[in-house]
Amino acid sequence: MLSKLAEYWEYPFVKYALIVGVLVALCSSLLGVTLVLKRFSFIGDGLSHVAFGAMAIASIFNITNDMPIVIVITVLSAVLLLRGGQNAKIKGDAAVAMISVGALAVGYLLLNLFAPSGNLAGDVCSTLFGSTSILTLSKFDVAFSAGLSLLVIVIFILFYQKIFCVTFDENFARATGTKASLYNLLIAIVIAVIIVLAMNLVGSLLISALVIFPALSAMRLFKSFRSVTVFAAVYSVLTAALGILVSILAGTPVGSTIVGIEIVTFACCFIIGSVGMKKAA
Amino acid sequence: MAQLICEGLSLGYDGREILHGINFEVNAGDYLCIVGENGSGKSTLMKTILGLQSPLSGTVRTGDGLKQNEIGYLPQQTIVQRDFPASVREIVLSGCQARCGLRPFYNKEEKALAEANMEKMDVLPLANRCYRELSGGQQQRVLLARALCATRKMLLLDEPVSGLDPRVTAEMYALIEKLNREDGITILMISHDIAAALRYATHILHVANNVFFGTKEEYLQSDAGKTFAKEADVNVE
Ligand SMILES: Nc1ncnc2c1ncn2[C@@H]1O[C@H](COP(=O)(O)OP(=O)(O)OP(=O)(O)O)[C@@H](O)[C@H]1O
Ligand SMILES: [Mg+2]
Repeated sequence: MLSKLAEYWEYPFVKYALIVGVLVALCSSLLGVTLVLKRFSFIGDGLSHVAFGAMAIASIFNITNDMPIVIVITVLSAVLLLRGGQNAKIKGDAAVAMISVGALAVGYLLLNLFAPSGNLAGDVCSTLFGSTSILTLSKFDVAFSAGLSLLVIVIFILFYQKIFCVTFDENFARATGTKASLYNLLIAIVIAVIIVLAMNLVGSLLISALVIFPALSAMRLFKSFRSVTVFAAVYSVLTAALGILVSILAGTPVGSTIVGIEIVTFACCFIIGSVGMKKAA
Repeated sequence: MAQLICEGLSLGYDGREILHGINFEVNAGDYLCIVGENGSGKSTLMKTILGLQSPLSGTVRTGDGLKQNEIGYLPQQTIVQRDFPASVREIVLSGCQARCGLRPFYNKEEKALAEANMEKMDVLPLANRCYRELSGGQQQRVLLARALCATRKMLLLDEPVSGLDPRVTAEMYALIEKLNREDGITILMISHDIAAALRYATHILHVANNVFFGTKEEYLQSDAGKTFAKEADVNVE
């Protein structure tokens, strides 16, 4: 097995895939806590469907490097959804449900009507569940993903304190002059970017797992915002790296392999957390 | 000039009015208690003062060197915070956020301020503990320390003693009184505890159909004051 790994390691694209996969996983874990606690998770879910619709449109127009356009569409929807949630005439959740299911249906419909490639089922499946192999990523995708991931990480570090404030107690932050709506917008945009990034790795149906599992596992074990964030990041990097290696060796789909590993480790964290709590009590 | 001036305020949600005709002024060093029944609009008034929502009509102005974002705030507990992973120190520090502006991290001065306020509120030994595992009284003191990081001039407290036992309640009142007397911090406090309101406050704002505002002595002479104090079974000497 190790020799097989060493053999793969010879190819540069395997290294690139691993690097990109790990970077993307790292980004996705960063905003997990905010997403879980701020009831933004429904936006995350909705956006992943929008991204699917956007991808469908891109593939109809035969745009090969579809990531930039998918990102633009997804970010715009994120902004709209957030506005809608605040105006609250149509209830936030309902608006998200409408847009996300709509995007999913229209995307699939368009693909059926105009799809250029013969392998429709395969295309749809890989957009929903992630590429069967991350090794099929184009060079452009790899560079683009790596760049954006780094940008997301830098933004997160620069705005970490603000994100904490706005997540923990939005009213207090607003009352003492923090521009909470601006940071909410920033959070929504970053989530949109993360979702498009993660789509290549695990597909649009499994993105939530990549975002939420690290945060939930960390919250079982740690109790300050910083330790939860750091643990979630480390957890995410390790499970993603392990998942990618396993999927290369065993030939399993990347996305579901990573999520599978995360389910198992989450269970471990859950048990350790409960035992720890009993001991403390 | 007064620190806070509310003129002709009327409050409500979605255009539906719940309170009108609110006029009052708060000067530096005042201790104003806001009393009134459940649902009469006390929290709404506080949110309006903080700029969290806009009044249906009327104005809220600050003066005497007080800026809108220099008001410390202790909210009525929200449920969102319940399972939030955050240490006491992180929360108290977040009160300094407004001072930071666009700077991404807290500087030495702000960290020292947070330590000093934790010390003052007697929560320094809890600094690394998880907020959600503290008792109600400890949580209130943590949030008060956070509010103190945000202001040196004025504190808005929304039912700071609800859910606390008598001893901790007394401690909390003593802390607030000390902030008012020794540090000269103006206090606006919502309270259902009419006895405490009459004991500590200099001014009373009674929120109801007929809004009353005046000094404590004026309040005790007014009809609203007499009825309310009697209902609450307070001996007014
Ligand atoms: N977000 C909201 N949207 C619409 N109506 C609201 C909202 N929040 C409060 N209200 C209504 O406004 C009125 C005043 O509420 P508010 O919270 O200000 O009362 P309160 O005086 O603080 O009561 P309590 O003593 O129970 O805290 C209530 O009738 C309430 O139903
Ligand atoms: Mg209230």
